[in-house]
Amino acid sequence: MNNLNAILTIAYRDFLKFVRDRARLVSTFIFPVLFIGILGGSMQSSFGAQSGFDLLTFVFTGVLAQTLFSSTAQGIISLIEDRENDFSQEIFVAPVSRYAIILGKILGESLVAFPQGAGIILFGWLVGVPISMPRILAMAPIAIVICFFGGAFGLIVLANLSSQRAANQVFPFLMLPQYFLAGIFTPVTTLPAYLKVIALVTPMRYAVDLLRNAFYAGSGQYDRVVAEDAVVNMAVLGAAFAVFLLFGTVLFVRRERNR
Amino acid sequence: MEPVISVQHLVKRYKGADRNAVDDISFTVFHGQFFALLGPNGAGKTTTVSILTTTLAPTSGQVTVAGYDLQKEASAVRHSSGIIFQTPSLDLNLTAEENVRFHAILYGLYRFRPTFASMPQAYKKQVEQLAAVVGIEQDIFKPVRTFSGGMKRKLEIVRSLIHTPKVLFLDEPTAGLDPASRRNLWAYLTGVRQEYGTTVFLTTHYLDEAEQSDAVCIINKGKIVASGTPEQIKRALIEDYLLITSNDHQALCLELERLGLSFSGIGPVKINLNGHTAHEILRSISTPLTGVTTHTPTLEDAYLEIVGKE
Repeated sequence: MNNLNAILTIAYRDFLKFVRDRARLVSTFIFPVLFIGILGGSMQSSFGAQSGFDLLTFVFTGVLAQTLFSSTAQGIISLIEDRENDFSQEIFVAPVSRYAIILGKILGESLVAFPQGAGIILFGWLVGVPISMPRILAMAPIAIVICFFGGAFGLIVLANLSSQRAANQVFPFLMLPQYFLAGIFTPVTTLPAYLKVIALVTPMRYAVDLLRNAFYAGSGQYDRVVAEDAVVNMAVLGAAFAVFLLFGTVLFVRRERNR
Repeated sequence: MEPVISVQHLVKRYKGADRNAVDDISFTVFHGQFFALLGPNGAGKTTTVSILTTTLAPTSGQVTVAGYDLQKEASAVRHSSGIIFQTPSLDLNLTAEENVRFHAILYGLYRFRPTFASMPQAYKKQVEQLAAVVGIEQDIFKPVRTFSGGMKRKLEIVRSLIHTPKVLFLDEPTAGLDPASRRNLWAYLTGVRQEYGTTVFLTTHYLDEAEQSDAVCIINKGKIVASGTPEQIKRALIEDYLLITSNDHQALCLELERLGLSFSGIGPVKINLNGHTAHEILRSISTPLTGVTTHTPTLEDAYLEIVGKE
């Protein structure tokens, strides 16, 4: 019971922090807007005709999944930065389970990622992505899954890093390749053979594909844009989530205490 | 007296370090005591506090806090301790009350509620009372961002007391505060101790703060180099002495020799009191004196003596 209260408290704090930080609120929307508006739009006008599907919509779904995934992952990484000069010190000496701390943090960062996702959907709608209520409803549970998965991914990265400096250096190297290997801008099926193999172990790929499963369900473009069946994606996500969370928490706590 | 903190042969060596940050220290803190761990920067004070507050695993040694084993019953230890860190650990984006509320919920006192209004009456009362003790009741709903350094510390005290801890750990709490805020803070802490009977564990390098304590441990390079009451430490380590001058220096020296007093110095003559009072010695001297200075050591003298020797 106490752990549930702790999870809610930690999550709520993250959300309040986000809502009260106007600069961060604004800046989180700029990146996706650039991606969808400029990249998606220009790709559609130059290659759109040959691809056989709408590139703007394709990039939109990719960026939506990527934002949910990496925003949560990035949020978890901030635990390193926090722990020395912030409320986190206070959280770590509190008599609550370490899993509750991590789960609360993941839930909180998901709550932060959600309004960003909503902003992207609104922007996509404005630039002409065919968004409908059934599609939004189909994507909503998937969005939650992606956020939690991103959080667990952030945790396993965090558990292996010792300082904020290391995190700042390593994190872009772990995220940037995923942008291309996860099929955000071009389908993974078009990748050369050796990259296809690497793409198989790219966590973000399954998040992106699962979201497209939901978005394109029943659409004529489904077979061209979706790589894996939803069941396969869910299985990979579920297994990876469990492993990341379990090992991540154990490693992180051990690192914290055994310095 | 009932021991609240018991430390036996505590050792901590950081990964990759070639010497122990804390090197086999043992001490006991009793219920209601004001205990000061004193030492220069890098002596091992924060390492010790981090271990006692469960955020750092010891390399070896036995520690109990409030009767709970540090390793096996970490959660119970956390419940019994309040901690004020060296760097403020408040969330600047939240109001003062939100900082306190989140703490209270994390410590299992109340169930999660998103607003102050929806919290139980008991909580509201408790916050009001504690805020009044440290004098920040006017500002409790303001964002912490607007607080001065001294107010932040006071708020941290309020927060750390909300779960009525048995021991309050303070890790250099006045670092970075101006003298007025420091004095203020100590006045409030004294009030809190009287009101709640809380055991206080302080680390500091300000000697005047340790001088108020019931027991002091001086730590240097990971080892305890002196311990006892401030009085005992002063007495054991530094002698009281008398400095006297006379126009007839030679006569004075001859007379002191005849009296059998050990002395040194060619300008002012330094006489160790060795248990005599200054008055006794002065009365026995008949050579006319032109100057008399008595020297009673402060803890600072004792401290510099101890730490300087290493």
